[in-house]
Amino acid sequence: MTPDDRFGSAASVQGFIAREPVPTDDLSPLVGGLQRLCGAAVRALSASGAVVSMMTESGSLGVAAASDDTSRLMAEREFVVGEGPCIDAFAFRRPCLQPDLGDGEFTRWPGYTAAALEQGVHAVFAFPLQVGGARLGVLDVFRDHPGSLRPEHLALALSFAEVVVTMLLDGQANAPADQSARGLDEALGYRSELYQAQGMVMIQLRVSLAEAMVRLRAHAYAEDRRLGAVAHDVVGGRLCLNASSGR
Amino acid sequence: MTTVPAERLADVFVEVADTLVDDFDLIEFLQMLTSRTAELAGAAAAGLLLADQQGNLQFMAASEEDTKMLELFQVQNHEGPYQDCFRTGRPVANADLGAAADRWPVFAPRAVEAGFGSVYAIPMRLRTETIGALNLFGDGAGGLQPDGMHIVQALADVATIGLLQERAVRRGEVLTEQLQSALNSRIIIEQAKGVIAQIYTVDIDQAFELLRGYSRRHHLRIGNVARALVTDPASIPNLTAV
Repeated sequence: MTPDDRFGSAASVQGFIAREPVPTDDLSPLVGGLQRLCGAAVRALSASGAVVSMMTESGSLGVAAASDDTSRLMAEREFVVGEGPCIDAFAFRRPCLQPDLGDGEFTRWPGYTAAALEQGVHAVFAFPLQVGGARLGVLDVFRDHPGSLRPEHLALALSFAEVVVTMLLDGQANAPADQSARGLDEALGYRSELYQAQGMVMIQLRVSLAEAMVRLRAHAYAEDRRLGAVAHDVVGGRLCLNASSGR
Repeated sequence: MTTVPAERLADVFVEVADTLVDDFDLIEFLQMLTSRTAELAGAAAAGLLLADQQGNLQFMAASEEDTKMLELFQVQNHEGPYQDCFRTGRPVANADLGAAADRWPVFAPRAVEAGFGSVYAIPMRLRTETIGALNLFGDGAGGLQPDGMHIVQALADVATIGLLQERAVRRGEVLTEQLQSALNSRIIIEQAKGVIAQIYTVDIDQAFELLRGYSRRHHLRIGNVARALVTDPASIPNLTAV
């Protein structure tokens, strides 16, 4: 992938989601949106299933949305056996990519692997949902055949994970399209400043690190300003988010 | 920039080997490496940038970590020696930044304004893939010696090894796993700078100095201290404590 392609994957994630049917079940907008995203991930990544699990620092786990019952079952099974890609991805704060669960030499998760193969899952790719120190959960992508993700699929999967993070932070299924495009543009500029502002707002408002990013985004949205500009003002000491601002 | 005495070079490689123990802190390792690179190459500053797999550039470490330098690295997301190096997978040398405004209309004037006269970008390579680059800035115009280039390339290769944490990467997946982990650990440092700046009413650069000073005095890994701060600021009640 060349730098010129960098806009490609985030934009195509939105495209894949837009092509997914809206769930007919009576789901909250966030859960419905996540379910739609899981379906889109399956199609985009030639996968057999996808699931978004929520996790906390204390390790408890719950499935937020899944593309299908097998994927939901796999995520729940992982919680029961206490080992697997999702738990590792969360603990080590990095993707956990296992392209061949049937490989006899692979013994990291004996209980999980046996359960996966029984369900016909042969490859699993887990992506942490995180922004630095703020951790929200994991996106698992399953395949019914062994094999590595191609580089373009990998880039796309990472973009799917980023979109999930944004959805979870905003607590809404569909950010306005122009807003997410704008967010991407800014992400390329002064990201360090955005993270520094996030740390400052965490202390200013006495909230969690994840909540601090929510407040920054909410402020930018409410004031119709660019996120990067808001972060710049926070870091420069010209803007202090107080408890009454935002939500 | 100057030629390097062989003994000094040997010392650096011994220091690198000493650092690459089982449980080392990647950011600290890359900071050490950029400092030594600057020193060995006679450069005013050196920095290390990584590309994530979506093609975005991220600053990882520098011999001088302050806001001004950070901006000079980050502006290369759009254009500059890093972009050219990443695109071609080959070293980029520009010995006269003052005359480079045509090539890099945004980057070159900023670099000159920051007091630099020359710039180099040396690729971090893994087989055929370029995963990042070492960036060197010189005070005045004037080139790096040919053997200097070789040394910097060797150090860039060492950085790649440190990043991957294993010499023989058996699975292609390991690159992604380690790269994403490295990028995220860098974000935590930035978040921790913000936490410190707010608690101690200091600016971002001073916040980094507090973080680094505390970690050194207490023989703690800077990454661990940063993570503790963003998870529970009360866990480190006084960063100025000796």
